[in-house]
Amino acid sequence: MEKRALFSSKTLPYMLLLPQMAITLIFFYWPASQAIWQSFLLEDAFGLSSEFVGFENYRALFGQPEYYRAMVTTGVFSAAVAFLSLSLALLLASQADKQLRFGQGYKTLLIWPYAVAPAIAGVLWIFMFHPTLGMVSGPIRAMGVNWNPMLNANHAMILLVLSATWKQVSYNFLFFLAGLQAIPKSVIEAAAIDGSGPMRRFWTIIFPLLSPTTFFLIVVTIVYVFFETFGIIDAVTGGGPAGQTTTLVYKVYADGRLGGDLGGSAAQSVILMVIVIALTAIQFRYVERKVQY
Amino acid sequence: MVENRPFGNFIAYLTLALGVFIVAFPVYVAFVASTYDSATISNGNMSLIPGDQAPVNYYRTLFEGTARTSGQSVGGMMVNSFIMAMGIALGKILISILSAFAVVYFNFPFRKTAFWIIFITLMLPVEVRIYPTYKIVADLGMLDTYTGLILPLIASATGTLLFRQFFMTIPDELLEASKIDGAGAFRFFKDTLVPLSVTTIAALFVIQFIYGWNQYLWPLLITTKSSMQTIVIGIKQMLTTQDVLTEWQIAMTTAVLAMLPPVLVVIFMQRLFVKGLVETEK
Repeated sequence: MEKRALFSSKTLPYMLLLPQMAITLIFFYWPASQAIWQSFLLEDAFGLSSEFVGFENYRALFGQPEYYRAMVTTGVFSAAVAFLSLSLALLLASQADKQLRFGQGYKTLLIWPYAVAPAIAGVLWIFMFHPTLGMVSGPIRAMGVNWNPMLNANHAMILLVLSATWKQVSYNFLFFLAGLQAIPKSVIEAAAIDGSGPMRRFWTIIFPLLSPTTFFLIVVTIVYVFFETFGIIDAVTGGGPAGQTTTLVYKVYADGRLGGDLGGSAAQSVILMVIVIALTAIQFRYVERKVQY
Repeated sequence: MVENRPFGNFIAYLTLALGVFIVAFPVYVAFVASTYDSATISNGNMSLIPGDQAPVNYYRTLFEGTARTSGQSVGGMMVNSFIMAMGIALGKILISILSAFAVVYFNFPFRKTAFWIIFITLMLPVEVRIYPTYKIVADLGMLDTYTGLILPLIASATGTLLFRQFFMTIPDELLEASKIDGAGAFRFFKDTLVPLSVTTIAALFVIQFIYGWNQYLWPLLITTKSSMQTIVIGIKQMLTTQDVLTEWQIAMTTAVLAMLPPVLVVIFMQRLFVKGLVETEK
């Protein structure tokens, strides 16, 4: 699709594109290519010289048990947050889609956590679940669980999943609600006349019709867990206890900054780039987005 | 309504009320904590009814800061966050509306190439290229500056795609009419395109303001001076979770203050927010 009427100018379009192109080249393409280049280099301890080592950094990475652990952590974290936030959001959206009084009010009250920064969301949850002063920790202990997210990796992971889900439900809710409202009422009425109850209508008509939305949200939520939960992890656990809640992105940060292993960190960045590109490609393949060209 | 089921509606109200409760509870707890003194909180004696320390806590947080933030007041951090969020939002709108204008309304060699160069950046979040980008910003001498905080984050494909999509829906007749009236490209942009795009601009602004305000990793890397800290980074510095001496009442006051601007934006500009969110699809 292109416009029929256009301006013709030799220089103006380039001038208009210049700011975005300059920033994109300097801050996107140059660093990305640097990351790829660095991933093949090995720096000495003082960062004074570096030599080309081919795939050595990658080989070292895949020889590290920590890297596999970070992969498993990221996988578990993504799966848990995707499952919880999507099912909660769908439950809430399907209720909000009914014609209720104050429907708009409920919507407003449910969507605002989107605006809370991930790191702040983490701070709110660690405060409630803090082992010594947390409000919710007391009751949990009373039930006989020795709750301590600072020392117990499972507890730490539960806390991360809760905070990340809390923040993501609002986004998924909004998209599910829009998806539900786009389903023609006549289809549902027809099913009702044929005698199928609300549950049956939901699982045989509404849920299948929502599948593009669901698929889109799964991809978005996975990307969210991969990248944006960095703030939550840094605020709540700092990757601990003993590196057990370190995700792939957190490891890039920790290895480069705290460990000073720039080659290894760059190799991890490259792997992440490949993952993002794959996720985006999947998303475009299955969710037709309105981008032509 | 398909059918009337009073019990079904009752369940709906109950579910939604429970949802709202879960969503609001952590924030309410933070608010309550911002009204108590340090001792009550660290003894675990805080109740769910607000205390009377709010004026003290908010005054100290906003204007004095804590020892952990090396005396940097949260008020100053909020100013930094605000400058960064505004810079990112306005910068993004400016560069993306210009490039979308070029890509849609001009025919020139490399038009498709230009579009793809921008489009591919959708796939490269800042997290996957942090150290090389950090190095470039350092080499350019932009560490601890607003420019360094803002510039690397304003280039992304979302804005350009959004404007491009919107421009495509504007009828060609409008451009033909302005051409007949003798308007040039600049005139058409200023008098026709921008006024028509106001809603799109506002929607993008809301989304990008929230995005900018909530940035974490990037400011964490490039700010070293405490005077350049943003509020989201500042709160992390206040709590070392292992440490009992964390001044939780100040940390929670800061959390409330950090949430306030973006949450207000969402609540009061809900229509624009939803529009921006759904149309940029992130």
